[in-house]
Amino acid sequence: MAKASVCDRLTIPEDNSFKDEIKKLSGQSVMECYQCGECTAGCPVAYAADMMPNQVTRLVQLGQENEALNSSMIWLCVGCETCTTRCPRKVELAKVMDALRETAVKRGIKPKEPAIRTFHETFLNSVERGGRVHEISMIGEFKLRSLNLFSDIFLAVKMFLKGKLALMPRFIKGRGEIKRIFRIRRKA
Amino acid sequence: MKYAYFPGCSLHSTAKEFDMSARAVCRELGIELEEIPDWNCCGATSAHSLNRDLSIALPLRNLAKAEEMGLDVIAPCAACFNRMKSADGIAKDHPEMLTEIAEKSGINYRGTINVISLLEAITLLGEEAIKSHVKRELSELKVACYYGCLLLRPPDITRFDDPENPKSLDNLVTALGAEAVNWPYKTECCGASLSLSKVEVVEKLTHDILSMAKRAGANCVAAACPLCQGNLDLRQAQIETAYGERFGLPVFYFTQLMGLAFGLPESELGLKRHMVSADRVLAASGSR
Repeated sequence: MAKASVCDRLTIPEDNSFKDEIKKLSGQSVMECYQCGECTAGCPVAYAADMMPNQVTRLVQLGQENEALNSSMIWLCVGCETCTTRCPRKVELAKVMDALRETAVKRGIKPKEPAIRTFHETFLNSVERGGRVHEISMIGEFKLRSLNLFSDIFLAVKMFLKGKLALMPRFIKGRGEIKRIFRIRRKA
Repeated sequence: MKYAYFPGCSLHSTAKEFDMSARAVCRELGIELEEIPDWNCCGATSAHSLNRDLSIALPLRNLAKAEEMGLDVIAPCAACFNRMKSADGIAKDHPEMLTEIAEKSGINYRGTINVISLLEAITLLGEEAIKSHVKRELSELKVACYYGCLLLRPPDITRFDDPENPKSLDNLVTALGAEAVNWPYKTECCGASLSLSKVEVVEKLTHDILSMAKRAGANCVAAACPLCQGNLDLRQAQIETAYGERFGLPVFYFTQLMGLAFGLPESELGLKRHMVSADRVLAASGSR
């Protein structure tokens, strides 16, 4: 008897709604991808992920929303743009990864790499507060939220002593404009 | 030549020495920098990771301010440069998106200026102009020129140098009298923003980069990005412990090397602000 392939287990949706949603947000058509694997070969973080970048693309091609949005790859992607640069089909995969993350957040999907999402949120909170990032308060908030209080504490002290971390935040004058810009995020 | 200067958050904190040395070197080269008033964070990786429109609107506010100044923008930080150049690209190539974001954010940018990295601005001056300022050749320095990701990729946005085998920084350090070692990790990723949220990945990637630089015979690294410099310098000691390898590679900003070669006072270059001391390499090289 022939072995059941992964495809036998997949239900391929009849509409293209997920693909279209990702296309609208990323400006990229994943259907261009012919699965050569160039993106995966050059990806610096794929080794740490639960699936490879070309597999994420394949899942989007097949409308497998849950699998794609629940993958750790979309959070580990650091936006180095190597895949985008090398893709022979000119799919800007880094933009697809951005769109998948944004969509996962919108859907309230718990990320496989929660600390990475918490970091990004904490970073943006800091920008929203003062217009610029204030490292000490941002790192403090990140560590509280990710319950990872003591890692790098000696490094932080050394950085402080080298004058690399400012104690007080420097708020910009145009905080009202920044607040308005951030309404984009709230509406999302 | 006069530019609107966008230092960005890192250059006011962890990478202050990049700001100091960039300003000092530009002054020497006759590149006039006027800081964009009341600039805001570009949003960095975090904004484009979570919200596309936010990641465009944040840099647009700075671009609109530079447009009022009537000047092209220089951003030394590779990440800031990349975000601003991306937003500028959207403004110029996707006017419908620009209009939509302008309505949501209240930011009006018309796309009449350009964004350029500091390395490109310096490269544009030509090698002879650089050489004419060199007072002390850095002849004993064997430099691994490390470009990282965002200065060069994606090439349709950055429009600068070769994204796979760039040469601009190698040519620059050669003009300073140093040796640019031939190595294959010029554009490998250091893990950048995962530095706090996925430390083990950053440790592995930076280990691979430092290890390759060492094998190629480098005695120091020249970086063009505060995230790269931070990961390679701040975490070097813990990587040495974790992997049982000794690197001892000082990680300079390329502007610091320029300042040294131009004979600028070290107080203007912030050489003491790094974790891996440059003293041994510089003493051996006679650069000071």
